[in-house]
Amino acid sequence: MNNRKVEIKAVNLTKKYGKFIANDKLNFEVYKGEIFGFLGANGAGKTTAIRILCGLSKPTSGDITVSGFDVYKQTEEIKKNIGYMSQKFSLYEDLTIAENIELYGGIYGLSRKFIKERTNHLLEKLQIMEHKNTLISSLPLGWKQKLAFSVAIFHEPRIVFLDEPTGGVDPITRRQFWDLIYEASSQGITVFVTTHYMDEAEYCDRVSIMVDGRIEALDTPAVLKETYKVSNMNDVFIRIARPDFIINNE
Amino acid sequence: MIKINQISKNYETVKALKNVSFTVDENELFGLIGSDGAGKTTLFRILTTLLLSNEGSATLNNINVKNDYKKVREIIGYMPGKFSLYQDLSVEENLNFFASVFNTTIEENYDLIADIYKQIEPFKTRIAGKLSGGMKQKLALSCALIHKPKILILDEPTTGVDAVSRMEFWQMLKRLQTKGITILVSTPYMDEAEMCDRVALIQNGEILSIDTPKGITNSFPYKLHAISADNKYQLIKDLRNHDNARTVFPFGNSVHFTTANNNLNEEELYNYLMTNNHTNISIIETTPNIEDCFMELMKPSRG
Repeated sequence: MNNRKVEIKAVNLTKKYGKFIANDKLNFEVYKGEIFGFLGANGAGKTTAIRILCGLSKPTSGDITVSGFDVYKQTEEIKKNIGYMSQKFSLYEDLTIAENIELYGGIYGLSRKFIKERTNHLLEKLQIMEHKNTLISSLPLGWKQKLAFSVAIFHEPRIVFLDEPTGGVDPITRRQFWDLIYEASSQGITVFVTTHYMDEAEYCDRVSIMVDGRIEALDTPAVLKETYKVSNMNDVFIRIARPDFIINNE
Repeated sequence: MIKINQISKNYETVKALKNVSFTVDENELFGLIGSDGAGKTTLFRILTTLLLSNEGSATLNNINVKNDYKKVREIIGYMPGKFSLYQDLSVEENLNFFASVFNTTIEENYDLIADIYKQIEPFKTRIAGKLSGGMKQKLALSCALIHKPKILILDEPTTGVDAVSRMEFWQMLKRLQTKGITILVSTPYMDEAEMCDRVALIQNGEILSIDTPKGITNSFPYKLHAISADNKYQLIKDLRNHDNARTVFPFGNSVHFTTANNNLNEEELYNYLMTNNHTNISIIETTPNIEDCFMELMKPSRG
């Protein structure tokens, strides 16, 4: 993978709030088209790092580039080249499906013609053409999430950030959502994803695990399982996040 | 003991609960498992006397939730899904407040909460709004327990909580169970079913199945295989295109596969995957877990 193009590069990424060190010298690279799992316990500092990578917050120190753009000076360029979706913020509930797509397309400066063509293509793919003029508020959660993801990559960004995208949905919808992630990745979009579902960590090409503001491990799921001599990512996570915790089946 | 008898609840045209019935035994740890919008919170609000059902009835320790709602409130501890403590009161003030509402004191029932409260006691002067997620959860549980309830009802206590904290929370529940409390808990995480004595699986307001976790997984009607290869996305696509494919679901590091004729020819499948240029192919029969069963049960309503 070392000969692949680097899409995100962080060297000694550090963020301090007063005396509190939220991100402590994070070092990692994310490659083009990769599905990169960004894991950690609650409060480990994931959201802080994601906000920096999205150009929403400045680091205290470190050299960080996203799609080649500098996170200190080129935040507008970064925002144009990324997509973002979280469980909390995605679509406008009081707009229809078509209106939401149009709004996002417009914000990213896409032409009306492009928006119209792509909207039809997207609605067909998601099999929701007949619900084009339905308000988001009346859609099932699973549809909303799939649509929110599609909207996040509508402007064909180089990277998409997904912050706990699958929380609360049923297991079939959760898997359909990962189909969309795989598809985006196979088209060359870099996927940077956080999740609390450890089976989803297995779907990632590489995974980093944060503990108390530091990256404690970073590798493929296979290597991590081998290193910690356990059979699944859940146990890897426990070994790293809470070494004193006794795993049940031991 | 909780008895739920044919409860239905409508919100205008939406049928949130359809004829739901089940019983939670004395001192049982019972899980209600389903995704967002399944009806879990609606059912819990009815059981905790915060909402009236359109049809059906429920009793908690033989006390009716509608006619005797005040008595029900005395014997239950309820932890709602949304953090509902006073954000501008300190940890200790919140706990004192809940104790005083029930005419008791922290000291009187300290034994019951000691295990949990000790972990947040160092921060007892901190404002609740400034606690981390895990600490809020422990404080909310302490408040729900402070009047020594006979029945504890917890609405998605582990949602959005990391894998380790989730396990710790279930260990706390197990310890509470040994103190004689009946516990009804809801969760969207299928893997937590294993921690319960019995579970009910719920979707779209309907109960899909009620049994012990073992009973549910034993009733899975198909042979299940775990298949893996290097290129997972391509593997999923190729398995879906296989003539004999019935269900193809990614599952951690493998893909769970059932066949239309319930008879997998391993050699044939292996060769099929080889022909499609897969490497490091592994095909092994595996035992289904709760998530396999849930997906199997919800399939007919998928449309």
